[in-house]
Amino acid sequence: MDVIASLMNGILVALEPINLGLAIVGVIVGLFVGAMPGLGSVNGVAILLPFTFVIQGFTGGATSPMIFLASIYYGAMYGGAISSITLGIPGASTAVATTFDGRPLALAGKAHIALVAAALASFAGGTVSNVMFTAFAPLLAAVALSFGDPEVFALMLLAFATFVGLGGDDIPKTIFSICIGLVLATVGFDIVSGEPRLIFFDITGFSHGIRFLVLAIGVYGIGEMLWTINTSRHGSSMSNVDVTARAVIDAIKEFRHAWRGTVIGSFLGFFVGILPAAGATPGSLMAYGVAKLTSRNPNEYGKGSIDGVAAPEAANNSASTGAMLPMMTLGIPGSPTTAVLLAGMVIWGLQPGPLLFTDQPDFVWPLIGSFYISNVIAVLINLAFIPVFLWMLRMPFTILAPLIFVLSLVGTFAAYQDMFDVWLMVIVGVCAFFLRLLDYPVAPAVLAIVLGPIAEPKLRQSLLFSDGDFMIFFNRPIAGPITIIAIVLILLPLFKLIRDKIRQTA
Amino acid sequence: MRRAEIVTAFILGILSIYLMWKSGEAPDWNPDISRFDNIGLIEGEGPGSGFWPFWLSFIMLICSVWIGINWYRRTSPPSQSDEEFLDGYGRRMLFVVGGGLFGFLILIEIAGFYAAILAFMIYYVRFLGRHSWWATLSISFGLVIACFFFFDIAMRIVLPKGLSEPLFIPLYEMFL
Repeated sequence: MDVIASLMNGILVALEPINLGLAIVGVIVGLFVGAMPGLGSVNGVAILLPFTFVIQGFTGGATSPMIFLASIYYGAMYGGAISSITLGIPGASTAVATTFDGRPLALAGKAHIALVAAALASFAGGTVSNVMFTAFAPLLAAVALSFGDPEVFALMLLAFATFVGLGGDDIPKTIFSICIGLVLATVGFDIVSGEPRLIFFDITGFSHGIRFLVLAIGVYGIGEMLWTINTSRHGSSMSNVDVTARAVIDAIKEFRHAWRGTVIGSFLGFFVGILPAAGATPGSLMAYGVAKLTSRNPNEYGKGSIDGVAAPEAANNSASTGAMLPMMTLGIPGSPTTAVLLAGMVIWGLQPGPLLFTDQPDFVWPLIGSFYISNVIAVLINLAFIPVFLWMLRMPFTILAPLIFVLSLVGTFAAYQDMFDVWLMVIVGVCAFFLRLLDYPVAPAVLAIVLGPIAEPKLRQSLLFSDGDFMIFFNRPIAGPITIIAIVLILLPLFKLIRDKIRQTA
Repeated sequence: MRRAEIVTAFILGILSIYLMWKSGEAPDWNPDISRFDNIGLIEGEGPGSGFWPFWLSFIMLICSVWIGINWYRRTSPPSQSDEEFLDGYGRRMLFVVGGGLFGFLILIEIAGFYAAILAFMIYYVRFLGRHSWWATLSISFGLVIACFFFFDIAMRIVLPKGLSEPLFIPLYEMFL
């Protein structure tokens, strides 16, 4: 009862005019930043951190500034889906998986269905994670801490295993795609030994590594657009966009078909979000993989499945709240954005950690209350603005295409301020176009480059700990079952092949 | 398409071997370490720096051979296809759009982002899209102005200006 009373008090504080106003402004700013290719929640929160000192000077506490930043975070998680669906460029790394099915839906003239599904799934993910955050914060923080290096690597292995199902039927091409993504993730300085690795032709630009967004925007901005131009012959392939209120209401009804992806995304996303160093991007990718793997119609994924939009969108919102849990209860940020939020809390004189809930209830509960409020504001603004988002799709293709090219280049530069990345992004895009013509699945490579930098250090630290004994992944109570499931999933296509052979000979 | 499938598999196989060779590279500053010393388990240190990329590249090589076998057995769709890898339209599109993109990149290096965006938009919207000059110029200038105010002014992310830098100094004085 104490929890419910504290939450109600927190919601009342979050609903005070100044805090409500800040939440609305924060959500709108976050939506805009999240929808811009190359910019994500971390950019929005980091750039607007100095503005919070003005807010603090005006309100006198840390609560209002933190509500403002948390609202930007929320808005950005919703916003990433907008450009993924309407333009085919992921607004942020957290929305890459949304592109897989959101874009085909838009191409089929069903962008409003994808946008509604993204908004409602995000709302569901946000709500589930808020409830879990409120009820189980200290307990879940302890569970997350029990995940050592072997457990996290086993979880990553499970994610790679689900990728095998992501690439269609051509297994060698899918495995090749995963491996090249993982190898490209190792370019740069080795964080364990400090040795340079795979610095191709001694080009210094490779020393900082191949960044995930460079690959994602290259594949989905440039590569996808070249492929669309080649297949659509420069014609408009995104016609029949119905933007009436009736169509939006029908799309809301259609959302009932996405319940499974939403449930998977909401719970899996939250759990991945609370793991230190994981965050919303791996959460959304894993949710997509698991939703596809457990679906009765996995062949619909990648061709415009509503579940394929709902799963990653529910997961990235859920994970963004989940990532706040280790930040607030343990002082460990679960994602780059929460690292900036943590810095803000420290600057405002707060001490994140196990005692935060007992020492600073006047700060914690209004903040948690604002999560609920921001979630409601974000879904309402999203649904109301769907006709505006769809306006982008009504543009003639010969205007939309150069706009996407320009946004891809500007977005890549804005993310890291390095022209090397812009060149690399275009080259990656052209290569992705050629590989796509030959049915090489590029999505697993993009996903692998996200998880690679998490998986490799965990594998190496685990093997260092076990003196090179791989049994460490099998004989621990949590890591063991996860590893076995992952291996079974990897071998599943082989079992199917053997079964088909036996049937043919019989 | 069939020929492109095996040529690509061959190129990717060579790429895999190159990545294996490159993964085994020893750091310049330590003459005691020779090539491929880092691809296994090192006593007291665990896996070396080349362990993960080397063995993943090895799996890539196996996959390339596997794709080659599928090509020989004609089990993958591209290996069964008699279609052209890129038809006349595709080749022209790649030249006009891909070439335009690389021209855009070169122009960014010389004249900066905003001048390059303007030139690329005019090239694409007017000459490829055949829209009216009014539509072309309003979209092109509108995009440049929107990008400038969003990135340079609001987000404080200064895009390179190259030779066009002097044109922006009065704007900085006005808005920053």
